[in-house]
Amino acid sequence: MTGIALGGGFSHPPEQAARAFRAVLEAVSRPGTIWTVEGAVPPAPLTVAAGTVLLTLADGTAPVHLAGDADCQPVRDWITFHIGAPLVGAEGAMFAVGRWQDLLPLGRFHPGDPDYPDRAATLIVLMNDLTNAGARLTGPGIKDAARLSLPEIAAFQRNAVQFPLGLDFIFTAGDRVAALPRSTKVEGAACM
Amino acid sequence: MTDQAYNFAYLDEQTKRMIRRAILKGLAVPGYQVPFASREMPMPYGWGTGGVQVTAACLTPEDVLKVIDQGADDTTNAVSIRKFFQRTAGVRVTESTGEASVIQTRHRIPEAPLREGQILVYQVPIPEPLRFLEPREAETRKMHELEEYGLMHVKLYEDIARHGEIATSYAYPVKVEGRYVMDPSPIPKFDNPKLGDCPAIQLFGAGREQRIYAVPPYTQVVSLDFDDHPFVASKAPHDCDLCGADESYLDEVIIDDAGGRMFVCSDTDFCAGRQAAGHRGRLSPAEVV
Repeated sequence: MTGIALGGGFSHPPEQAARAFRAVLEAVSRPGTIWTVEGAVPPAPLTVAAGTVLLTLADGTAPVHLAGDADCQPVRDWITFHIGAPLVGAEGAMFAVGRWQDLLPLGRFHPGDPDYPDRAATLIVLMNDLTNAGARLTGPGIKDAARLSLPEIAAFQRNAVQFPLGLDFIFTAGDRVAALPRSTKVEGAACM
Repeated sequence: MTDQAYNFAYLDEQTKRMIRRAILKGLAVPGYQVPFASREMPMPYGWGTGGVQVTAACLTPEDVLKVIDQGADDTTNAVSIRKFFQRTAGVRVTESTGEASVIQTRHRIPEAPLREGQILVYQVPIPEPLRFLEPREAETRKMHELEEYGLMHVKLYEDIARHGEIATSYAYPVKVEGRYVMDPSPIPKFDNPKLGDCPAIQLFGAGREQRIYAVPPYTQVVSLDFDDHPFVASKAPHDCDLCGADESYLDEVIIDDAGGRMFVCSDTDFCAGRQAAGHRGRLSPAEVV
C-alpha cells in the first residue's frame, strides 16, 4: 500500500459527506442538473466527484465494481483504505465505477428485482465533460424538459423501459456531478 | 451549540450512508417503499423516528430546520425534535416556512407554497397503503409488483356504498407517476393536491416499519377516485377565527362547556403571518390603540 492510498479522503467526514450527499440528492431529484462536490482526492482515473460520491455512499456493506482502467492498484488500495467496500464483479455490484465504454454492456449489472426494485446497481460514470446540452430528458423531477450531455441515447432508453427495474446513473466530470435515475425518459436530440 | 459527544446530526456515518442509499433509490422509483435498517432513536416509535433519521441523513451544517406537528411549530413533538437537531447538529432553526431549507412534518403540508431547494420530510406511521386491506407483507409486496391495486378501489367504493361519498379524509391513497400507489402519511386530503408537481423534494420516513419512500419534484401524484365520484380536497366550511383565512386547513377547538367552538388555521406560521399583516378573524382580540 502506497502513500497515495492513505491520502485524499475527507478531512471532516460528517460535514463533507453531508454536503456531498445533498448535491447528489439534488442531482438525482432533478435529473439533468449539474452540481459541484468536493472533499475527496482519489487516484486517477477517478474524478474528484466520483471519489466523493463513493466516500459518501459506499462502505463495507456496499460492494463496488471497478471497470476498465478504474480497476488499477492505486484505486483498489484507495477504496480498500477509505471505504472498505468489497471489490466485486459486475453482477454483484451495488456501485460500479468506470468510463462509459468500460461499463458496457449494461446487462451485466443487476437491475433490481420485481418485488425489490431498490436492489438495482448504481453506475458512476467517469466523463471528460458534463454540460446541459444534448439528450432531452423528461420525467419525475424535471419541470418541463432538461438537457444533459449523455454518452449515448439508446442504452438509457432501453433502461427506462424496464421501469420500475433499471439501473441508476451518476455522471461525474472533475468535481461536477449529474444523475439519471431509471425514471427519466431520454430522447435523442441534436446538441443545441 | 452542538453536543460534542455525538456525531454531527446524531447518527453515525455508516447509518447515514445506509439511509442515504435508500433515499436515492426511493427517488429513482417514486412511490416505492425502500426497506432500510431503521435505528433505535432516543425517542419512542410514533414520535417521528423515521422522519428524524431521514432528516439526520439530509442535514448539512448550513441548513435551516423547521419542524411542524399537525401544522404547529409549538407543540411537544415539534419542539423536541427541533431541540434534538439544535443540540446534535447545531443547525439554525426557524418557524418560517419560507426561510427553512429542511422541513420535517407530522401530518401536514405547510400552506405557503414550497420552493426548489427545500426538502419536506414526512413522519410516517404506516407506510403501506394496502396494510389495512391485506395484513401480509409478502402479499402487499406482490400486489405492488403486479400493480394489483383493485382492492384499494374496492375500499373507496365501499366508502361510497356506505356513506354516499368517499369518507376517507386523511392518509388518502395516491398514485405516483401512474405506477405505485402510495400512502401520503396521515395528511388531511386537503393537502393531497400539494403533493403533485411540487418544486420541493418530498421524503417519507417510517421508523418502526423500516421504510423510506420519496416523491421527486415536479412529479405526477394523483389521488385515487372514480369518474362519478371525483376526489375533493375538503376542509371545514369556515374561516379562521384568528386570521380570517378562508383557504387554509382548519383545526376545530372546543372553547367552553356549552358547545362553543372556534376554527383556527392548523398552520401556525401561516396564521401568525396573516395576523401580523393585519388580517383579523371572528374571535381576534380587540385592537389595542
